[in-house]
Amino acid sequence: MMNLTLRIWRQKDSNSKGRMVDYKVTDISEHMSFLEMMDVLNEQLVNSGEEPVAFDHDCREGICGMCSLYINGEAHGPDRAITTCQLHMRSFKDGDTITIEPWRATAFPVIKDLIVDRMALERIQHAGGFISVNTSGNTQDANSLPISKINADEAMDAAACIGCGACVATCKNASAMLFVGAKVSQYALLPQGQVEAKERVLNMVAQMDKEGFGNCTNTGACEVECPKGISLENIARMNREYLKASILSK
Amino acid sequence: MSKSGILKSTIARKVAMALSAFFLMVFLLQHLIINSTSMVSADTFNDISHFMGTNFLIQYILQPVLLFGVVFHFIMGFVLELKNRKSRSVKYAKNNGAANSSWMSRNMILTGVVILAFLGLHFYDFWIPELITKFGQGNWSGVVEGHEGLRYFGELQHKFVDPVRVGIYCLSFILLSLHLLHGFSSAFQSVGANNKYTRGLKNFGIAYAVLVPLGFVVIALFHHFNHC
Ligand code: HEM
Ligand code: SF4
Ligand code: FES
Repeated sequence: MMNLTLRIWRQKDSNSKGRMVDYKVTDISEHMSFLEMMDVLNEQLVNSGEEPVAFDHDCREGICGMCSLYINGEAHGPDRAITTCQLHMRSFKDGDTITIEPWRATAFPVIKDLIVDRMALERIQHAGGFISVNTSGNTQDANSLPISKINADEAMDAAACIGCGACVATCKNASAMLFVGAKVSQYALLPQGQVEAKERVLNMVAQMDKEGFGNCTNTGACEVECPKGISLENIARMNREYLKASILSK
Repeated sequence: MSKSGILKSTIARKVAMALSAFFLMVFLLQHLIINSTSMVSADTFNDISHFMGTNFLIQYILQPVLLFGVVFHFIMGFVLELKNRKSRSVKYAKNNGAANSSWMSRNMILTGVVILAFLGLHFYDFWIPELITKFGQGNWSGVVEGHEGLRYFGELQHKFVDPVRVGIYCLSFILLSLHLLHGFSSAFQSVGANNKYTRGLKNFGIAYAVLVPLGFVVIALFHHFNHC
């Protein structure tokens, strides 16, 4: 059992100024998940008539990409290759002070407390992160197209991105290059993605820039903090795709 | 969309940054090789310097390209840095950058600004006097009063007498080394090269980033102590 001090960003709404507020929680089991610990805090706050801390979450099993939280200076907390909902209290010690902040990026405005608006990632996706197929009933079976094993594997790895935005949160420049790199790569590696490859990368990168994400300095922080182990190779691939598309574009 | 100015996109800017950096890294290596001859033979150093300083191609084609490369690189460095700062308007109260990235990669602008300050001193020391001699006085002979034979070796020796200057010189090259420890491999990633050669290239980059600046430091110390 642990007693902890939580230093949490509180902000009423997107127009209000926020601040860090300290809370105490007691008797926290190390078997609890981080979000369960947050639930305990919120129960405590509700019981004492205070506003609970707003934070994003949905599946609580590392697949939906909703949970976020910058914990003690790291996206999704101190552990590697997991989302915040998969983080457990055994990663902390009795008496610890835990700092909890929302993702910080100009492109991710705070909605309330620890919840930020990640629609910018959605809009990048809408700009080209899809393939256009005729679904009138004569759709070709995807498995009838030969795809090399290595490309299939790499496309699958890129497609593992859950759009959580930890890469942006962690990057010193709030760059979205890992996310966009993954989304561009997953199609660039497959035959179905070829038809729209040029417009896809140009439009997605243009949207990314429009949203106000920073440039990539290749620090590699995103790859380390990404819960899905998306590799920097995807950024290099996107840069190649982008160069190819720019040079060949009309 | 693709037509709206190629250097507006973040990727295009980073590719341009990397290309200017490649050029600077090649330049730096040839500069080191030429400077190294000064430790072996004053005559060789003089001859090469005179050739470099008076050859038409080098003076009027390569030198302007170099100048453009340096200016472009640091201006683009500031442009990128400004955008990056704007992209996170509210900073974290607690941020553990060391947990996931190297100090060098997070401080390219800092090491870059020190290199820029050094380049200012370097221009003041060598380039401006060079311009005055050649264009101000119209003296392209490489011979001036107070120096026996060609002037270049003597000028070089003279600059490394002052221990403060030698200190600044060495410190700047340490920061250049830090800049390149991240920059070398970063430039390859920027142009989209991340493949089976990346690991080897990274190691080569580390060797380059350590040995090339170290070479300049050794030359400075060599002349400083040989002259004292
Ligand atoms: C004149 C002063 C300089 C300044 C202000 C400067 C600044 C910068 C900055 C800010 C970056 C990082 C850009 C980013 O990714 O966000 C950078 C990258 C780089 N710089 Fe410099 N730099 C300078 C001189 C040099 C010199 C003399 C060299 C080599 C001899 C060099 C080599 C590199 C390399 C290889 C990169 C990596 C390029 C990339 O990531 O694509 N820099 N520089
Ligand atoms: S690349 Fe990784 S960190 Fe970035 S959004 Fe996708 S899953 Fe999250
Ligand atoms: S709540 Fe779905 S990934 Fe964490």
